[in-house]
Amino acid sequence: MSARAAAWWINGALVVATALALFPLAWMLSVSFMQPGTASSLPPPLLPAHPTLGNYHELFAHAGMGRYFLNSVFIATSITLLSLACNTLAGYAFAKLRFAGREKLFGMLVGGLVIPAQVAMLPLFLLLKYVGLVNTYAGVILPGTATVFGIVGIFLVRQYARTIPDDLLEAARVDGAGEARIFLQIVLPLLKPILVTLAVLTFLTAWNDFMWPLIVLTGQQHYTLPVGLASLSREHVQDFELMMAGAVITVLPVLLLFLALQRYYLRGLLLGSVKG
Amino acid sequence: MRKISAAWWFLAPALLVLGVFFLLPVLAGLALSLTDYDLYALADLRNLRFVGLHNYWELLHRPEFWAALGHTLYFVIVGVPLSLLASLGAALLLNSPLSKARAFFRTALFAPVVTTVVAVAVIWRYLFNPKYGMVNFVLGHFGIAPVDWLGDPHWAMPMIILFAVWKNFGYNMIILLAGLQAIPQELYEAARIDGASVWRQFRHITLPSLAPILLMVGILTVSGYFQLFAEPYVITEGGPLQSTESVLYLMYDEGFKWWNMGTASAVAFLLFVLMFAVTAAMWRAGEARESLT
Amino acid sequence: MRVARAIVPALLAACTLLAACGSHPEDSRTLEFWTIGREGEAVVKLLPEFEREHPGIHVRVQQIPLTAAHEKLLTAYAGDSLPDVTQIGNTWIPEFAALHALEPLDALAAASRDVREPDYFPAVWATNRFDGALYGVPWYVDTRLLFYRVDLLRDAGFDAPPRDWAEWRRQMDAIRAHSGGKRWGALLPTNEYDQLLALALQQHEPLLRDGARYGNFRSAGFKRALAFYVDLYRRGDVPPYTNIQVSNPWEEFGRGAFVFYLSGPWNIGEFRKRLPPSQQDAWSTAPLPGPDGPGDSVAYGSSVAIPVASHDKRAAWLLIEYLSRPLVQQRFYELLGDLPPRRSVWESPALKQDPKLHAFRDQLERMQPAPPVPEWEQIVNMMQDIAARAVAGQLTIDQAAAQMDVQADTILAKRRWVLQNQAR
Repeated sequence: MSARAAAWWINGALVVATALALFPLAWMLSVSFMQPGTASSLPPPLLPAHPTLGNYHELFAHAGMGRYFLNSVFIATSITLLSLACNTLAGYAFAKLRFAGREKLFGMLVGGLVIPAQVAMLPLFLLLKYVGLVNTYAGVILPGTATVFGIVGIFLVRQYARTIPDDLLEAARVDGAGEARIFLQIVLPLLKPILVTLAVLTFLTAWNDFMWPLIVLTGQQHYTLPVGLASLSREHVQDFELMMAGAVITVLPVLLLFLALQRYYLRGLLLGSVKG
Repeated sequence: MRKISAAWWFLAPALLVLGVFFLLPVLAGLALSLTDYDLYALADLRNLRFVGLHNYWELLHRPEFWAALGHTLYFVIVGVPLSLLASLGAALLLNSPLSKARAFFRTALFAPVVTTVVAVAVIWRYLFNPKYGMVNFVLGHFGIAPVDWLGDPHWAMPMIILFAVWKNFGYNMIILLAGLQAIPQELYEAARIDGASVWRQFRHITLPSLAPILLMVGILTVSGYFQLFAEPYVITEGGPLQSTESVLYLMYDEGFKWWNMGTASAVAFLLFVLMFAVTAAMWRAGEARESLT
Repeated sequence: MRVARAIVPALLAACTLLAACGSHPEDSRTLEFWTIGREGEAVVKLLPEFEREHPGIHVRVQQIPLTAAHEKLLTAYAGDSLPDVTQIGNTWIPEFAALHALEPLDALAAASRDVREPDYFPAVWATNRFDGALYGVPWYVDTRLLFYRVDLLRDAGFDAPPRDWAEWRRQMDAIRAHSGGKRWGALLPTNEYDQLLALALQQHEPLLRDGARYGNFRSAGFKRALAFYVDLYRRGDVPPYTNIQVSNPWEEFGRGAFVFYLSGPWNIGEFRKRLPPSQQDAWSTAPLPGPDGPGDSVAYGSSVAIPVASHDKRAAWLLIEYLSRPLVQQRFYELLGDLPPRRSVWESPALKQDPKLHAFRDQLERMQPAPPVPEWEQIVNMMQDIAARAVAGQLTIDQAAAQMDVQADTILAKRRWVLQNQAR
């Protein structure tokens, strides 16, 4: 096959693959602007005949989507910040601070990666119940910090922190600086790239988290977008257009965030997965 | 001395959070699975009984558990290779020197990964609606009779598998792409000079170089697919005829619908044991192969 | 970076603060009211008058979807986050009463001017009692009967709806034949248990035996009901669809995809809303046919109950009293089509003269409650799962009944132990 024909095949295949990948999302956007009832007809319409913002209005005015959106933002941001704090400190410690049992402890942490989070969910629920944290923001944020990007986050920071030259830290220690000062003034600025990556990864994962918020959030006022959407989809199973609008609201922020910050996201993916 | 104590201060937040919100519940879950904690125990703790391994015994004798396990294995055994094939295919396409607008395609193919499962599951349900869905409409153009995706027990799980592949293939694609780009070009040059065909180059250079990454990606995907839950919950509610009821869906039903927490914990632990066994076996097989080459 | 370090503890503080805020009631006596399904949308319109009568009480309504309501309520109970007052299906009252989750209302009801027991349909009032105490006040009554297309039935050659099973089967066969196989006789979603349950309750044998300690699905009566049910699918009169596949039954009913629809009173309002005015005379309701004549149906309904964990039981009771007033119930009916549980409200012209309601008024005198055990929800779901497999041809009637009994016995094992323990 000539190089030209091969190029056509390859790019053609890419176009087809892209079309398949993006079509559901494009259709979702299109249907969200359709008049209620028009999407369930034969042949299925591709574009709205009379585009309307009515579905979005309905969601924000009557279905409380605005509240869910704010909840999602608050919870995802909180998990990201808390997670960053914990993981940066621990990751640096595992990389650069010497202490007894360091490798063993890290090994155990990596072992914990094998345990699926669902095993913890039932007793965690009971635990939170006895402490009174069911149906609260803290009930989602604190466990989220542990499970959304807990162990992998520590792993990522450690990988990156290892590249910090030891002499830099030793020199500072010789000068009499405490570990806290070294961390804040020398290490953190050097870790900035990985921190941004980790922040993006954690935020996106926390935003999309579904099973735990579904379990622990019993009151509508605390629902995140995925939970609110799942609840709406069971109630309004016949309102295609409304559900698609809800899906757009849930997906669009993360999609936009990803498009803006994909460089960091993809780098973090690779850092964690390809063995250094 | 100072260095050691400082380290523990650094570790404290992470260890505290992980310990309280992960390790502790996991251990408690193990304990819970040895009791018959249920609604009656919820009302009055005196109704709690220690039953040893009875929950496990009862589960292993329950046809519903084996059915859920079967569905999950079906999902894993068919879904993982399909997903990996799609990822590898896309990565190869992107890696080809003849491909254009690589950054655009890469972003577009990755987009489904970033989306929320719940939202796209809702979309999927409408796309696969037997009467008004786009999929059956398109199939109709090729002369294929409408498939009852939501109602036929034989087609519901394939629909969910397609969903999982569509949603996740971009993730592994990126990793495999990085792996492909790490293969030195000289190897291909030498092979071309030797007159090797594209297929032989693939078999003898690409695949072996990718083997460790493929293994790791495979293990991660298998581990993820065992945890099938959101899709059946949103799209099919476990049906039709429980044909999309996965192990975790069973756990959710038992634990949060019927409040048989003892049984549900046992389900979770059985799943964990199974996942561990399978991924450990895959890991060992991979190591064995590597030591052979 | 120092700023970043300061943000974290600040956020932690904010989190705990919000967490604390999340679990305490707000200042001016906000009453948290959970509703299930569409009732929330309708009741919101009735609340302004209540709040005018009781300034200082603000009612906040939260809607839970029906398919998730049971687990949401249970999870809320387990997580100590039940609302101040809640709608609750009357088949779940035994469960929540056994959990000591609901406040007994006998004293309040006896002293009330608005809640007068003799005015209520006795079968429905009885479903709110468990172990000798009253745990809920009926809000609306619910049962299952036939909705049908009068015009399509007439086309197939029948002027009146069926009175017994044999006639029903005959009519559905004729509908199939007349439409050349294009029209279904009835829609009975295979993942809904109400339809089979209604048929099963028409039999003389109870569904659970021995003080509700064991399953009784192998009885001749239940097998007869199950056989009739499964047979309808096997003959092709009913499509083996779930309610997920037919997500818009109203449209399908309007398009004439099927003639009979076994459903409940909320669909009166739904059909009135979703079908065009020209079609409003084309449909009607009829009592459920039984094996040998007009049969019984399920004594469903929703009650309003006060969780033990309620923050403001006095205000909750005021709301219950308000919702129980005949005039308010009448307005509620006009909003949604939910049937009032009080006989006096049925005498009002709106209800008495509505032709579509006659069948319901008739059926309300022939209702049977589901067995009052806490495990009932789990048992009836199991029953339908197995019945659906029989419909799909995977099990014979005898096999299905045997499996139901085995499962029911397992589910009830703990109950047997608890009862035994209590007896000592």
